[in-house]
Amino acid sequence: MRIGVDVGGTNTDAVLMDGRRVVATYKSPTTADVGSGIVAAIRAVLDASGLGPESIKAVMIGTTHFTNAFVERKRLLPVGIIRIALPAGKGLPPLMDWPEDLKAGVGGDVALVGGGREFDGRPIAPLDEAAVAEAARRFRAKGLTAVAISSIFAPVNPDMEERAAAIVRELHPDALITLSGSIGRIGMLERENATIMNASLAEMARHVVASFHAALAELKLDCPFFVSQNDGTLMNAETVARFPVLTFASGPTNSMRGAAYLSGLTDALVIDIGGTTSDVGMLVKGFPRESSVAVDIGGVRTNFRMPDILSIGLGGGSRVRPVEGPAENPGEVSVRVGPDSVGYRLPQEARVFGGEVLTTSDIAVAAGLASMGDPSRLAGLDRGLVASALAEIRRLLSGAIDRMKTSATDLPVVLVGGGAILVDGTLPGAARIVRPENGGVANAIGAAIAQIGGEVDRVYSYQELGREAAIAKAKEEAAAIAVRAGADPGSIDIRDLEEVPLAYLPGGAVRIRAKAVGDMAGI
Amino acid sequence: MTIDLSIPALHDIARGAAFLGTGGGGDPYIGRLLAQHALAKYGAPPVVALQDLPDDANLYTIAIMGAPTVMVEKLVGGDEVGLAVKALEQHTGRPATAILPVEMGGINSLLPVKLAAERGLPVVDADGMGRAFPELQMVTFNVMGIPATPMALANEHGEYNVISARDAKSAEDMARLMVIHMGGGVALSCYPMSGAEAKRAAIPGTLSLALGIGQAIAAGRRAGDPFEALLGYLRGTDYYRHCAVLFDGKIVDLVRETTRGFSIGRCSIAADGAATADMEILFQNENLVARRGGRTVAIVPDLVTMLDRETAEPITTESLKYGQRVRVIGASVPPIMRSPAALACFGPRSFGIEEDFQPIEDLI
Repeated sequence: MRIGVDVGGTNTDAVLMDGRRVVATYKSPTTADVGSGIVAAIRAVLDASGLGPESIKAVMIGTTHFTNAFVERKRLLPVGIIRIALPAGKGLPPLMDWPEDLKAGVGGDVALVGGGREFDGRPIAPLDEAAVAEAARRFRAKGLTAVAISSIFAPVNPDMEERAAAIVRELHPDALITLSGSIGRIGMLERENATIMNASLAEMARHVVASFHAALAELKLDCPFFVSQNDGTLMNAETVARFPVLTFASGPTNSMRGAAYLSGLTDALVIDIGGTTSDVGMLVKGFPRESSVAVDIGGVRTNFRMPDILSIGLGGGSRVRPVEGPAENPGEVSVRVGPDSVGYRLPQEARVFGGEVLTTSDIAVAAGLASMGDPSRLAGLDRGLVASALAEIRRLLSGAIDRMKTSATDLPVVLVGGGAILVDGTLPGAARIVRPENGGVANAIGAAIAQIGGEVDRVYSYQELGREAAIAKAKEEAAAIAVRAGADPGSIDIRDLEEVPLAYLPGGAVRIRAKAVGDMAGI
Repeated sequence: MTIDLSIPALHDIARGAAFLGTGGGGDPYIGRLLAQHALAKYGAPPVVALQDLPDDANLYTIAIMGAPTVMVEKLVGGDEVGLAVKALEQHTGRPATAILPVEMGGINSLLPVKLAAERGLPVVDADGMGRAFPELQMVTFNVMGIPATPMALANEHGEYNVISARDAKSAEDMARLMVIHMGGGVALSCYPMSGAEAKRAAIPGTLSLALGIGQAIAAGRRAGDPFEALLGYLRGTDYYRHCAVLFDGKIVDLVRETTRGFSIGRCSIAADGAATADMEILFQNENLVARRGGRTVAIVPDLVTMLDRETAEPITTESLKYGQRVRVIGASVPPIMRSPAALACFGPRSFGIEEDFQPIEDLI
């Protein structure tokens, strides 16, 4: 048995699962101190199931806590930054393109030192150990405990970052060090940015992980806990304390993974209809398709693995307004739905709840798709308007489906989220509509069923190794990373493999990205 | 038109150059940051129009040659940029009086701005392609008989080579070999020329053009239709006015292979709801030809660019992904790019496409 928890901006959801079976679910408001919300939600599902804490083998938590902290610039540490690059990398110093307020808060000190690697692994220069030591002493004197170290082509060979970390640790034992090679992909600025972000969250991560531990202890849950990351896989407590940045944008991923699990589908479109927006994503082999564009978080450019999500302004609280028909047919009733929404004020403002605003939820009640509030308040509603609004909702969603699909074949569509009631029957572009039971807590379920993953992103020489051997090596390394992180070796599957030849360079240099995932060992 | 090279202008030029780069030329983000960094340190360089150059001006080009992946990792653009030009000045004995861009695409569009700012020299509002091309013989300077060499290659170690070659293609081949040894990305200065030669061989106004395109897209986003704004701007220019949205759809197939060190590939795009892909784009770093329903609708050297359907952000061939939603835009190029000599240098057949160039205005 395991428990999945989703700590969102508004709600903290929990789900207790026995294998594939959902035993109990609970939705509660998120609390200012994350811990007590988690305790309340877990206690509720334990009580509902009648199970004792000893039957729980693992707790999986999805949280937007770190993303929000960074975006809101809360409790960020100033960072001592070391870039191992000289004589290269001088043209663009660290933090160059950061928003001024963040730069002032997070940019504690910057040292550019000699070292780094070429694309083929040759050293650019030997690591300037004296310069690293000097930086470490300076960071210590300034009281900078958060340290970010990045080195050119660290994804190809991380040895200089590791050596520099050893030097810093020796001279500055309190330092919390983040290495770029363990965080990100090729693309120095984006990887370095993520490394600095991570370092700035390091202390908070330790506190949050401690509060998770305390919450579980309070519940007498003597089991490991894991936190979900943005690619739909899990990290253990120790890893999340070191790499909080990897939780960024895990929310939409969990919701899509939860939808995949609940529906039993691996290739489908998922529509999560909330109060204000519908998030549409595509599942490929059980995982969300990733976005290919650089993602800004809090104004900082990163190359995180993010799901490719299309958000449209349609939710259970969207406003519905009649609009006049076209000039040639003024009698025709047509409506506009959204993009504005009453949001969390739905229970006060919707007509069925005694308010004055006509919302999509009112339309659903009037059409008999849902029952809530007082339907008699909708007695005078024009039937033509209701029909037009339903047609408009279908039009918006089928447009979104079409934009997200990668082939003309109709795909199954999984509907989750509280707003799923808005859809009547099927949708154009959908082979069929699947409305899984417990779709309202898909996020927590996504956290509960997440797997363990490992990824490599390196440049290989096809001329030296040959293509087959290079790909085999990349797969092997990805699998080894997953197993080290706690995956069951027998369940490892290569989920993703991408080859990008390095243009303009003869010599068969190819960048390979491989991702391996597996079930958690021993649960 | 004089350009004020403010930071917002750099953003617009980078976006405009990404459009003109037709998918190639590397990540314009890096070029923009390099220029921005230099501007903050040294102030903005003056921009000089091609026709205002004295005939005896000494012009030097600057570019980065190498793999975009190396550029985004090593952040090329440090001291080697200044060194390449310095090495060439030493070789010719003529100190630079202005910096001349060689290509208006990706990273290389803004590198001259960075160097001009550092050196306190003007940057010329012109270049040798009005777009991006993969090889250094593919430039109007070569078409008009300006020798590519002497040229200098420099890296971050302070190493440099001055090359003399029998022709531009041979210079390209030698440089390509040297780049590997020198770290995968080097600064390069080639085609040193006088003001009189530039007036004959360069394409005027291309820095302004990139700026105008970038500004049009940005203004169009605010007004709600970046594509209409972009096409409206192009239609108001002398040479790029034959332009159109060639296709609107979703990438449904993407084949890449690496041959002779180039990223060569084919991208198939299907219209929304269509069962089969109806648009095919062939690329070799840059997009070369767009075929709709099997029929060519735009072909190199005319411009073929894929843009994000929502934002009109130009997409580089490196970042193309299965499932992306794009619009394809085609546009004409200046007559100097379409002459028989120019087509022999960078027309369809120089990229292995066995068909004749046809102007986009005859195809759409």
